[in-house]
Amino acid sequence: MDGHIDKLTIAGQSIRHDSALAHCTGDAKFVDDIPEVPGTLHAALVLSEVARGKLLALHTDKARAMPGVVAILDPKDIPGHNDVSPTHRGGEPLFVETDILHFGQALAMVVATTRDAALLAARAVTADVEVLTPILSVAESLAANDLLMDPMVMVNGDPDAALAASPLRLSGEFSCGGQEHFYLEGQICLAVPGEDGDFALYSSTQHPTEVQHITGGVLGCDYNRLSVHVRRLGGGFGGKESNASWVAAVAALGAYHTGKPVKFRMPRKTDMAVTGKRHPFLFRWDVGFDESGRIHAVDALMAADGGHTLDLSTGVLFRAVTHAMNVMAVPNLRVDGRVLRTNTVSNTAFRGFGGPQGVVLSEEIIRHVAKHLGRSPEAVRERNFAGEANGTLTPYGQKLEGDLIRRVWDETKDLSNWESRRAAVDAFNAAHTWKKRGLGSFVLAFGISFGVQAMNQAGALVHVYADGSIRLNHGGTEMGQGLFIKIAQVVAETFGVPLARVRITATSTAEVPNTSPTAASTGTDLNGWAARIAALAVKERMIKVAAEQWGVEPDDIEMSDDEVRSGNHRMRFSELAKLCLAKRVQLSAAGHYKTPGLSWDPKAMRGEPFFYFTYGASVAEVEIDTLTGEYRCLGAWLVEDCGRSLNPAVDLGQIEGAFVQGMGWLTTEELFWDKQGRLRTLGPSTYKIPGSRDVPEVFEVRLLEGAPARADTIFRSKAVGEPPLMLATCVWNALIDAAGVASMDIPATPERVLMAMSAHK
Amino acid sequence: MVMRASISFTLNGQAKTLPADATPTTTLLDWLRNDAHLCGTKEGCAEGDCGACTVVLEEPDGARAAVNACLLTLGQLDGRSVRTVEGLKDAHGHAHPVQETLAECNGTQCGFCTPGIIMTAWAHQVERGEVHEALAGNLCRCTGYRPILDAFSRIEPLAPTPVETPSPMAARFEAPSQTFYRPVTLAELVALRTAHPTAMLLAGGTDLGLRFSEHRDTPPEVICTLDVAELGVIEVLPEGMLIGAAVPYRKLLLLCETEPGFLGFAELLRRLGSRQIRTMGTLGGNLGTASPIGDALPPLLALGASVRLAGPDGTREMLAEDFLVDYRRNALLPGEIIRDIWLPRPAEGALFSCDKLSRRHDQDITAAGLSVLLAVTDGRITTARIAHGGLGPKCARAVAAETALEGAPFTQSSFDAAAQALMGEITPLGDLRATAEYRKLAAGNLLKRLWFRWSAQEAV
Repeated sequence: MDGHIDKLTIAGQSIRHDSALAHCTGDAKFVDDIPEVPGTLHAALVLSEVARGKLLALHTDKARAMPGVVAILDPKDIPGHNDVSPTHRGGEPLFVETDILHFGQALAMVVATTRDAALLAARAVTADVEVLTPILSVAESLAANDLLMDPMVMVNGDPDAALAASPLRLSGEFSCGGQEHFYLEGQICLAVPGEDGDFALYSSTQHPTEVQHITGGVLGCDYNRLSVHVRRLGGGFGGKESNASWVAAVAALGAYHTGKPVKFRMPRKTDMAVTGKRHPFLFRWDVGFDESGRIHAVDALMAADGGHTLDLSTGVLFRAVTHAMNVMAVPNLRVDGRVLRTNTVSNTAFRGFGGPQGVVLSEEIIRHVAKHLGRSPEAVRERNFAGEANGTLTPYGQKLEGDLIRRVWDETKDLSNWESRRAAVDAFNAAHTWKKRGLGSFVLAFGISFGVQAMNQAGALVHVYADGSIRLNHGGTEMGQGLFIKIAQVVAETFGVPLARVRITATSTAEVPNTSPTAASTGTDLNGWAARIAALAVKERMIKVAAEQWGVEPDDIEMSDDEVRSGNHRMRFSELAKLCLAKRVQLSAAGHYKTPGLSWDPKAMRGEPFFYFTYGASVAEVEIDTLTGEYRCLGAWLVEDCGRSLNPAVDLGQIEGAFVQGMGWLTTEELFWDKQGRLRTLGPSTYKIPGSRDVPEVFEVRLLEGAPARADTIFRSKAVGEPPLMLATCVWNALIDAAGVASMDIPATPERVLMAMSAHK
Repeated sequence: MVMRASISFTLNGQAKTLPADATPTTTLLDWLRNDAHLCGTKEGCAEGDCGACTVVLEEPDGARAAVNACLLTLGQLDGRSVRTVEGLKDAHGHAHPVQETLAECNGTQCGFCTPGIIMTAWAHQVERGEVHEALAGNLCRCTGYRPILDAFSRIEPLAPTPVETPSPMAARFEAPSQTFYRPVTLAELVALRTAHPTAMLLAGGTDLGLRFSEHRDTPPEVICTLDVAELGVIEVLPEGMLIGAAVPYRKLLLLCETEPGFLGFAELLRRLGSRQIRTMGTLGGNLGTASPIGDALPPLLALGASVRLAGPDGTREMLAEDFLVDYRRNALLPGEIIRDIWLPRPAEGALFSCDKLSRRHDQDITAAGLSVLLAVTDGRITTARIAHGGLGPKCARAVAAETALEGAPFTQSSFDAAAQALMGEITPLGDLRATAEYRKLAAGNLLKRLWFRWSAQEAV
């Protein structure tokens, strides 16, 4: 009857973000904009000034005597468990008990009448610490084999034999750095005590349910005491997945002890010191190949810097390992994935979630093989594309068809005028001595679904009111990605009503419980289906009422254009809603969705962990100054597979934004720790995310046309949040091409560009 | 002397007078959000770098000067007119065309940076100029900027409308924990400085403002120099320009863009902070910190600029390079303040370049700075003045490199030799911005690059 993608009217339209104008007028409220009730208190953390040590004593007397101070809370004041581990494995304390494991680790908290009073008092708390030597690099930790979890080793074929038998062999080592999320709105939670041990938590979180769980664990209360509300986040990017939970626990602990609303918002410097980042990786690889460029075997070590605890590292490593060969079908493979402990902040989710670190390994290998053979990286990559004679299975046994890999790459070559651009770049370089240009490309196949099977589910709640207006609620959070408008489009499409009938509401654990984080690019896939299932349930009941009213079969009833029709019968959607109420028919339904057909054997590292793959390809042209290492991105050309896009305008925004964020990771965003393990890049003055000038001067993005998802996704759309971040890998390749070197560690700062060329001479 | 005792300013067209006990170094951002309950202006970083708190000063000449509300204190705002995102809607509550345009262009995602971007766009209507320069002080982490740039290209330009403003009157604001002085004459300033030797001397506050915004300090005594007439002087003469110590970079940049000989300085000033920073930041403040990086200092040294100091015993003058005594140490004696800076105009035909290396092109602190002023006659370099920043304990002249160039033929090998000399005389350190090795190599290369640029052997 409906839902056929050729007949869609609202799902698929380019409609701007539902809050776009409110963002522009300043009317869109974030947590810190909620008016504070009189008596609201503020929390601040007491932070460790050393990266590693034993906490011997805390001195709080001076701080306690300071004006406005209401309470100073340490581990002894935690009524539940002093643990904020997102995987509930323990060992991730909210406040240090004895072992200080990174610079900026929280030792205690201060609650005071103003934020300034709390911050000043927190600074006045002193600690006696036995200082120990910190481990700060992956290499150091690797040498000590200080693992946070068992190695995750994926083997396919016989890599040792195939390497030995390969006509040609190369090996190497390189590394990539971490990345600060730099969400413009820092972490924040306002905890408001209700009656009898209830708390409302207004949190800037991607994972309201985990905020509920972690806070419940810290307070030692049932989850039903806690309701978590999230209208919008000022950016998340993975940084507010697990980290927002302990932030909320701090606010809640303050509210628990004082009985007053407590707001916890850190200064930017603190936020950057105490929250996890993208995992830095160290890679060691060995490749066997032949003269044709065909890669026979790869043996690689992927060593992730987990920081001081595990946090979400298991999932990050899973994605890095499964995406290490990316679009290539490599018949013999060993990827040895490890998470190392260092005395740095615990690294966490960041858009791409290990994917970016996985795919750069394959690009590094491709580039070295190409250089050795005197071919282009493009030729070597194509030679090894999954599909056809190379095989259509990933190393973990899931089918990876090659047709869309080839298609996105062919279209990107067209879009970028690859052949003539290559010739123009070469001509430019022949004519110039100190400015050089480079071209780089990249092709991506990215698996969509949470690595943890249980997380691939979602819930939604749809109410139709008597006036025909619709209230939509679901488990996904809005952090700017346009999730709310997309799900509203799904619901409006389902009921055949104008989008304006659908009211978007704040995410709340009180309305839709037991939700998964809005992460892994799955927000629309999961919540879109859950909302549609809820809407279909209500719609079916409404149609039944209309059918009885008119004496027709339900199948003969159509709902569209804000009307209900059957033959000559018609009534407005709102009239039917009113009729349903009169007939005592429930106009509300909860929907629940789980992704079908997933499987994974973590021991064998085999299965079908992804619902589908999404594809993309990119080309970048850069110009470098060979005397200083400075560079500009002259152009970028992207083709991204969004299936049948639910909202091309929103998807385009995700693609462009992710690409530039990826460029930042690969180029100017560098985290700097001093020898004592103190992070020194603690603000935008020292940590440089891209500015408007850093965007490619020519920036052309095309959504792959006529490629509806083959999997039964919501209206055959595909995920878009993370994959385009990896498309920025072409910029790294382009810089290396321009510099005329074989490799460059990430981030390729101007300094790295110059020093790589200098070493190469 | 008539003294005003309460801070007053114009907010979104409405006159505001604060209670006499309002703390003058409260930042405008904190006041807007906590006291005025105008929460459209956001705190992103509280260090003047992200631009989420951008508001606009409506200047007497009709200029719209974007500024970071996180670094601007109420005491500095006194007597000025400021507009926030809430002040753009019309009387019927309809959004401003700039707001409509950004929304239509899909220029918002999470929306947190948006009010700041809107205010930058509103200022850009009048200020114009290159769009990346306009946006350098606003970070967006979501969109990748393309739709924002689209919106900016669609914004209608507007001619400035001058507004009448009363001339400044001396003020003293007494809060329970702080006294904030706003003298209007040099004599008042010097007298205050002498009487309050430990008071914080505050001009634009783009550096010292961090004490309030980030460190949450409330210094007991503050003397603000912004309204001192002699410190705001701008005199343009054939031989050079006299720039008052409290003249903001915004005005200095406009001068350097139009005055013959100073274009090289203008190119550097366009990369100094952002428009928001240049609205408040001053050359006097930059000199006063005697920072080893000193973004705008190497050009002063290359130009042979001099500094006039005023104190209880009158004024004295010295070369800018002598004023910079050592790492973060200047030549000011107790009671003295920087009055003005004399920038000699480079001779016609002189070669003048002010280069800066940083990880990001815009709104980044210099890792290595090199300013070079050459006179070339008949294929020979007659004089060379070279100054560097970020390459030693203080900004200084590169004497060995100058010696290598002076009298040498205008050839590549002379520049290469000077580069070697430069690398030999600098003593850079490694830090979060760059390693010592990179600084050394790149500094020499900056000099080598000037050969390519000036000999125009290559089009680019």
